[in-house]
Amino acid sequence: MRNTKLVSLEEAIRRSGLKDGMTISFHHHFRGGDKVVNMVVDKLAEMGFKDLKLAASSLSDVHAPLIDHIKAGVITGISTSGLRGELANAISHGLMKEPVVFRSHGGRGSAIANGDLHIDVAFLGASSADELGNASGCPRSENAKSICGSLGYALPDAEYADHVIVLTDDLVAYPNVPKSISASQVESVVVVDSVGDSAKISSGAIRDSKNPRDILLAKQAAKVVINSGYFKDGFSIQTGTGGASLAVVKYIRESMLENGIKASFALGGITAHMVKLHEEGLIDKLIDVQSFDKVAAESIAKDQTHQEVSAVDYASADHLGSAVHALDIVILSALEVDVDFNVNVLVGSDGVIRGAIGGHPDTAEDSALSIIVCPLLRGRIPCVVPRVTTLITLITPGKGVDVVVTEYGIAVNPGRPEIAERLAAAGLKIVDIHDLAAKASSIIGKPDALPFGDRVVGIVMDRHGKVLDEIHNIED
Amino acid sequence: MAGTLESGDIMIRIAPGDGLKIDLQSSVSAQFGRQIKAVITETLEGLGIKDASVEAIDKGALDCTIRARVTAAAVRATGKDVWKD
Repeated sequence: MRNTKLVSLEEAIRRSGLKDGMTISFHHHFRGGDKVVNMVVDKLAEMGFKDLKLAASSLSDVHAPLIDHIKAGVITGISTSGLRGELANAISHGLMKEPVVFRSHGGRGSAIANGDLHIDVAFLGASSADELGNASGCPRSENAKSICGSLGYALPDAEYADHVIVLTDDLVAYPNVPKSISASQVESVVVVDSVGDSAKISSGAIRDSKNPRDILLAKQAAKVVINSGYFKDGFSIQTGTGGASLAVVKYIRESMLENGIKASFALGGITAHMVKLHEEGLIDKLIDVQSFDKVAAESIAKDQTHQEVSAVDYASADHLGSAVHALDIVILSALEVDVDFNVNVLVGSDGVIRGAIGGHPDTAEDSALSIIVCPLLRGRIPCVVPRVTTLITLITPGKGVDVVVTEYGIAVNPGRPEIAERLAAAGLKIVDIHDLAAKASSIIGKPDALPFGDRVVGIVMDRHGKVLDEIHNIED
Repeated sequence: MAGTLESGDIMIRIAPGDGLKIDLQSSVSAQFGRQIKAVITETLEGLGIKDASVEAIDKGALDCTIRARVTAAAVRATGKDVWKD
């Protein structure tokens, strides 16, 4: 086979026609184990590029080396779903002149598809690829070094970017099927030592909790699901990454077994918990935009009923066909909720960016029932706050949030009185969310205002492409 | 000294001093530093202690925990057991 696609990273960049000021993109399927962003940006810096805009599906602790590239002017703009660790801290303290643009996963997919976010060159890591560019997050040979499963967040980039470079640590014989990224979308293929450390995929936000309070919250949330009116044969479900929201699955499973109820599909970030229920026959299909651990990644590699979905088909607000529109129940976490059910999942109580929007606003808005699970207090930090003005950053508007589960009671959005009635009838403790905020306040006192400066370091876009909120720099 | 560095706790060290000096490091200092210092001061004054150098490392403790840790540290430092004596 005569091949002109297989080149070095430097040659691939040269061929791409990348120029200063252009937008480069990355996916975050390796999460805390990602090696592609740092490797590529190091190379771009070495080649003398400046003023590049980095459009990642998300960034985490491992991307701290970007700080030096930002200081050197190599990277002057970032758009992402989230930021964590040293990079987040530096940006919150005013590292960048241009504010970081935060979008939800569905919002990013829409923005790429409708041209709001134009990508010049996409650098997409893959666990296997052939020399024509057919690429997958699944390993396909004995020499495979990594596995990330779904490449859902990379698919809009592959489809809409002007130029696509696939990086892989396992070049396999043509044809690499089934493929996630098609050869026709790919201009260059680069073989590297490692695209990511698969062992670190389930790091960051995802943890399996043994905390008794998380378990209590999970049991309460499971009761909400079971008595919500949506828990019936053929229902569909998604869970977020918080310890309690993951643990809910365990308790729902028991009730599914007892009542002979099966789910039609589970959506979103797929975990080992969901795979287990699927393999037991309790969930018919898995629709996977991101494999959250190795078990999920291995499952998608071998199971036809465990399907990859692109960010657009997962959660775009622009497409009625996106999966969130068919979703019955979503269980999410929160850093803060205010009395109007508005939620912050991005900026921490110290005013520093420390999380990710993820699919939070997408799933909350389009699902039939959204449940937020959070403790009333984390240490001295309140999770239910009095007003939108005391909410640090608005990420998910309250009109899409139906139920808030805390250890001090369950609050139901006044817009969903039928849910409140069903839960009360089942003997659950329903409280007014104002009472939760007052309870928190009575325990902790009145917090002083955070020392925000007057520079805008982040802009939160809603999933429809409009500015929702601004994040200011924090001063020490 | 009393307390730990666990989340939700506060570690208090007390040494002899001239006047009351509180050195506070807190994960929630921006929002609650003022209140935490006030609770430490009140608790020590309630025990009749006006001269002490206090080092406090806070991990988001509630007021009740702060009072308990400060009291325990004072008891250990002075040998005067307010719960028994």
